[in-house]
Amino acid sequence: MAATSNSEIVEVRSGDDVVVVRQKVRDWAVTLGFRLVDQTRLVTAASELARNTLQYGGGGTATIEALSNGVKKGLRLTFEDKGPGIPDIGLALTDGYTTGGGLGLGLSGARRLCSEFEIVSRVGEGTRVTVARWT
Amino acid sequence: MERIPILKIGDHLLVSIQVDMHDRLALALQDDLTERIVKHHARGVLIDISALELVDSFIGRMLGNIAAMSRVLDAQTVVVGMRPAVAITLVELGISLPGVKTALNVEKGIELLRGAIQTQKPGDGSHQQL
Repeated sequence: MAATSNSEIVEVRSGDDVVVVRQKVRDWAVTLGFRLVDQTRLVTAASELARNTLQYGGGGTATIEALSNGVKKGLRLTFEDKGPGIPDIGLALTDGYTTGGGLGLGLSGARRLCSEFEIVSRVGEGTRVTVARWT
Repeated sequence: MERIPILKIGDHLLVSIQVDMHDRLALALQDDLTERIVKHHARGVLIDISALELVDSFIGRMLGNIAAMSRVLDAQTVVVGMRPAVAITLVELGISLPGVKTALNVEKGIELLRGAIQTQKPGDGSHQQL
């Protein structure tokens, strides 16, 4: 069982906040002892998801949580917004699908970069995306 | 506003990205480079990303755009110095930088640019596959 031992919440309201999220996730990943490639995967996934929170959700929060299951350490990232929500999650997770003029790789790419991925979205209420990786 | 410096060396423009780029800064670089290519009649653009700790889809798109824009302005772009962890992550993310030439370091990048410009014949209709 994974027990949360420590966490931090970062506001995502501007492009500069996306950079802050990246830096915080990097710091946490280094502290938890992730190897360099995994640090880079986590930071890149965080960058994609934080940008989505800003661009499609109109801003929100990023929660960074350190996990431990006794053997391994983990990092869980949760991005929440109270934006318009995603009507078709399957479509949003398709490589190359975008409504924002980007490459359409943010959500699907972030999913590939993390071992755990969950998305909950309700139209008119908002979206929550959770990803995690273990050392 | 914060800007990434662009150095002119002969026919080439050299950019070394040393900061964690926010999206606006990446877009500004794209615009600045396009202007400078025309202003200096540059034939080659070398972008050093050895200090970048991540290339996400936004920065990846910017690199692709710069390569495409310089190509239509008759200049070649080479991206150099990508860190191994960044390369792995970029490919897993789903980005393969189509149409962007790469080299391991600045020296090899300049060699590549010189070679590409010398062998380019007038009216040579060859295009990089997109």
